Amino acid sequence: MSLLAVSNLTRRYRRGGKTVVAVDDVSFHIEPGETLALAGPSGSGKSTIARLVLRLIEPDAGAIEFEGDDFLALRGATLRARRARLQMVFQDPLAAFNPRATVARVLDDPLRIHDIASRTERPRRIAALLERVGLAADLAPRAIHEISGGQRQRVAIARAIATSPSLIVLDEAVSALDVSVRRQILDLLLDLQRQERIAYLFISHDLGVVRAVAHRVILLDAGRIAESGDARAVIDAPQSTIGKALVAAAPRLKRTTQDAS
Amino acid sequence: MIALASIRDLTVTYRRGGDAVAALSNISLDIVAGERLAVIGESGSGKSTLALAIAGLLPASSAVGGRIEWSGLGRIPLLGRDIGFVFQDPSASLDPVMTIGKQIAEVARTHLGLTWSQADARAKTLLERVRLPDPDSAVHAFPHQLSGGQTQRVAIAAAIAAGPKLLIADEATSALDTIVQAQIVALIRQLVAEDGMTLLFISHDIALAAELAERIAVFRHGQLVERGTTAGIVDAPTQAYTRTLLDAHIGLDSAPLLNRAGPAV
Repeated sequence: MSLLAVSNLTRRYRRGGKTVVAVDDVSFHIEPGETLALAGPSGSGKSTIARLVLRLIEPDAGAIEFEGDDFLALRGATLRARRARLQMVFQDPLAAFNPRATVARVLDDPLRIHDIASRTERPRRIAALLERVGLAADLAPRAIHEISGGQRQRVAIARAIATSPSLIVLDEAVSALDVSVRRQILDLLLDLQRQERIAYLFISHDLGVVRAVAHRVILLDAGRIAESGDARAVIDAPQSTIGKALVAAAPRLKRTTQDAS
Repeated sequence: MIALASIRDLTVTYRRGGDAVAALSNISLDIVAGERLAVIGESGSGKSTLALAIAGLLPASSAVGGRIEWSGLGRIPLLGRDIGFVFQDPSASLDPVMTIGKQIAEVARTHLGLTWSQADARAKTLLERVRLPDPDSAVHAFPHQLSGGQTQRVAIAAAIAAGPKLLIADEATSALDTIVQAQIVALIRQLVAEDGMTLLFISHDIALAAELAERIAVFRHGQLVERGTTAGIVDAPTQAYTRTLLDAHIGLDSAPLLNRAGPAV
């Protein structure tokens, strides 16, 4: 049984009297501990799929099965409880958090809302979460707007793993970070995956990053799946028109001497 | 090699609250006439401050030391006439309630002394040069009616409308997807070559900078770390920081970070 199985998902928008099919009959599955990447140009439907899977928006047609249940049928308390297992990290954590909240408050919320730890136990859990993502525990009283972008994205990851999820949707989660920080965040995500068997739905426009971290990739074009398969196989030899265009457009750093490290 | 601009001991300090923050410290750098020079760095490196200083766009509250000599120009440059500037977010640099034709024409009229009808004709020609589809009707369109890539084409047309000697592109393709980014970079390269412009390309992306530029200057924490030919910087960097940037780049040929054992199914 797949962790997540999406079947024939369709979502339309009305824009200026015209109907735009943002996601058009898309089906895929994710296994436990697996990274599936969604890549494609702007407007190809990748972020709409992320929002559908998270049930931030509802589909016009199709089914989503998560951990064996009909995810679209869940309501109320059952849905809230199941949401603990399906977390998200977005591109801009400053937009996702209350900027005046402290780091501790951001991490306290999921522990309290999902009844994971008692009030007295929560400070210890928060310190452990910070340590888990490579941050010092004394960061807890700092305001979210005071810390660096890389630290903020680590806090976003700490918040996502606070509820022991089986799947995290990463929507351009490393795209806005400086290259040196991006590498550290990717290493952290891969460590967490290895240790806790978390699956990722990894949304990115950057095929280099997708090839480096994903097991499988789906290339989207205008809301439809253009091609899919093993991430390295697809990106090394794309078959679809959009796949070839994306690979051709990626900037290349041609180094004749390269450190083996 | 004639220097279009010689930057000498340039220091820029911003005031933030009660503190003075040094954004650039003692920068000396020549911009050679006709070259494509990339300035790369991470956030806080000072690369955008350098672009603003060259364009004369620093906020009034900043303190500036050192000088910029425009020996290759022979006069104090005027933004719009001598320097064209393309920003990351084109919609922020365009007037949302003015047709794009008028915005481009206004630049040509202001700096070239053209009549409105001459300037309108030049605007249409410029929209053809930046390959905006259907320029005849596009001149009457407003910025919000265009896609992100099309809006950036319009911003480029406005930037080059007065025939500037220097084109500054500050993260001009960073908000665009990979395919549109490659198209805009190709367009910039072509326009710079056709008009004999000098290009200052500001970017966080070392691979993109290396594809476009002949020389690269690496900035960090407001300091110039090193500069050199693109091949020299990419293949034989002398500074550890440059090597760090090169090694952190994840390209289509990089070794996977993933343990390829695959998911434990």
